[in-house]
Amino acid sequence: MAFLLRRLAFYVVAAWVALTANFFIPRAMPGNAVQAILDKFPALQPSAYKALEAMLGVGHPGSLLHQYWAYLVNVGHFNFGTDVSQYPSSVSTVLGEAIPWTLTLVGTATVIAFLLGTLLGILAGWRYGGWLDGMLPGLMFLQAIPYFFLALILIELLGVKAHVFPVAQGYSGGLIPGWHWAFIGSAVYHSLLPALTIVLTSVAGWMLQMRNVMITTVGEDYVIAAQAKGLHNRRVIFTYAARNALLPQLQGFGLALGFVVSGALVMEIVFSYPGIGLLLLSAVTSDDYPMMQAIFLLITFAVLLANLIVDVIIVVADPRARAAEATR
Amino acid sequence: MSSTLTIAAQPTPAAIEKLPGRWRRLPVRAKAGAILLGVFVLAAIIGPVVEPYDPSYQNPSQALSMNPPSAAHLLGTTQSGQDVLSQLLTGIRLTLELAVIVGVVATALAVIVGVTAAFLGGVWDELLSLVSNVFLVIPALPLLVILLGYLPRNGQTPVIIVLSVLGWPWGARVIRAQTLAIRNRDFIAAARETGEHTWRILAFEIVPNEVSLIAASFVNTVLYAIGASVLLSFIGLTDLNSWSLGTMLYWAQSQQALQLGAWWWFVPPGLAVALMGTALVLLNTGIDELGNPRLRDATRTSRVAGRRIPPTDPTPVIGDHSQAREPRRAYVAAFLHSFSRSSLLDRGDVQR
Repeated sequence: MAFLLRRLAFYVVAAWVALTANFFIPRAMPGNAVQAILDKFPALQPSAYKALEAMLGVGHPGSLLHQYWAYLVNVGHFNFGTDVSQYPSSVSTVLGEAIPWTLTLVGTATVIAFLLGTLLGILAGWRYGGWLDGMLPGLMFLQAIPYFFLALILIELLGVKAHVFPVAQGYSGGLIPGWHWAFIGSAVYHSLLPALTIVLTSVAGWMLQMRNVMITTVGEDYVIAAQAKGLHNRRVIFTYAARNALLPQLQGFGLALGFVVSGALVMEIVFSYPGIGLLLLSAVTSDDYPMMQAIFLLITFAVLLANLIVDVIIVVADPRARAAEATR
Repeated sequence: MSSTLTIAAQPTPAAIEKLPGRWRRLPVRAKAGAILLGVFVLAAIIGPVVEPYDPSYQNPSQALSMNPPSAAHLLGTTQSGQDVLSQLLTGIRLTLELAVIVGVVATALAVIVGVTAAFLGGVWDELLSLVSNVFLVIPALPLLVILLGYLPRNGQTPVIIVLSVLGWPWGARVIRAQTLAIRNRDFIAAARETGEHTWRILAFEIVPNEVSLIAASFVNTVLYAIGASVLLSFIGLTDLNSWSLGTMLYWAQSQQALQLGAWWWFVPPGLAVALMGTALVLLNTGIDELGNPRLRDATRTSRVAGRRIPPTDPTPVIGDHSQAREPRRAYVAAFLHSFSRSSLLDRGDVQR
């Protein structure tokens, strides 16, 4: 437990750094972000103006320390101010509508890509120099293609030309979102192509990493000994070699999550998928700074939380970690 | 003056024999990557000379809008009659330029932070590690987006600054681990015994032993810079009047090049980015294979029961610094270290 508590403390520090950066960036940047907002939306209500004061430091809202405190209190209450581009609704409401879309699609696709890539990496590392291993350069090329480029070409080929998949949006127009089959079916159907593109572009990275660790593990004496004992190949691969090779992969998963989330943001932009990424893009193009900052905080916190979950998994999966926990 | 130059330039016979031999011994992937990358670097260098048109020149004639490839325009034209080939050459140059500058700056920062942390040790090490871990765990793209959202959009400078500032933690982490593994070796102790200055040990004993790692870190950073800058331009967050590959893709997409069937406008920049990325990844796996014999060419390995056994190698794997670390830490350093993920695995009482 002590380890997890300390990790939690680390994530709190990271979160505090993100919060503080988020507070100082608009105040330290050249050019006047606030003026841009006021020029664009001259008819801001007094309450909205007050929220802007706290978030961005408009006008003369008191000393820096005072502003910082007000900002922390606001974030603590999930009060990110009023969304200036979708005026009457608050930033939190608009965000709340977008989160489930991103979480479902990106979460599922990432887990699938991780599992598939790890499995392929295990096999490629075991049959080192075999045909699966020989496919790696091709997969590297697939990974080097800018994600949005591949996605746009797939949309053109599979969506526009062949009509296999819908081209954009999260569900068919005319349907009312809710828990009924017509809507769920449509949502799943619309998520297939985005999920496919995420898996296709990220699987090679997981595979390469797992393969490299697997190769070093496969050369270890205990693996050769297990094989010499005449154990079934499947048992040697998964219970002996892969199990030990998996730990660096898991740690890599935690660190790579930030990149994964970034890729997913772009996916939404390309597919006009109604999630956080699309919201971020529209916030950037319309200089909607409160929304931009709220999204940054949200994504950072989500990644920190996911990292904490990875830590829990590592403690559960690694006997050394379990032993260390027990002796504490 | 001129005579000294000729003497210096005259290669010794040994050097002539050595160079092709070294090239031949490079892993195949590294060779392929180096050649592919060389093509792009060449395109970037000769680009301004061979460019047939000014990339921003908009041909007023309606007949020249969205022309497919022809003799006059080898890669066709855009919506407003600009020559795609000229834009592509300029784009490759600007994108490579940006990526190399970011690579140099971020790698230099990574080396400074990584080597300093490992060499100073104790509280400083843990503090610097904590900072880079925090930066690693905060997702980069949203942070890049809000930073660029506030910065003025002129030229490539804002992107270069932002990417360099956020690009060092990964390299610093790897270099720190390697320095920790090296710093307790005998030759460092010998250098210290002979009374070498610390900075001299750092610059002439430690850093030269990490060249392959620093090279890999540089290649990775360049890769990251290309990917990130193209993406940021595509979203429209950079100066849209400078012709980087990302800006080309931005305009092609916003003018609906694909929907109108103008593949010659949309595909070349994307393909260029993909090939540059592939070249860098190949180069990096090649460098990896040079440094880690277990990953080397599979044909040189022995076969047991139909399965290839990679050569075993006594060199400690990078990142495995558990043995190199001294067992006891100062109180504050130990406290700081206990917050890192690796603290779980390198406790003295847990047997590996």
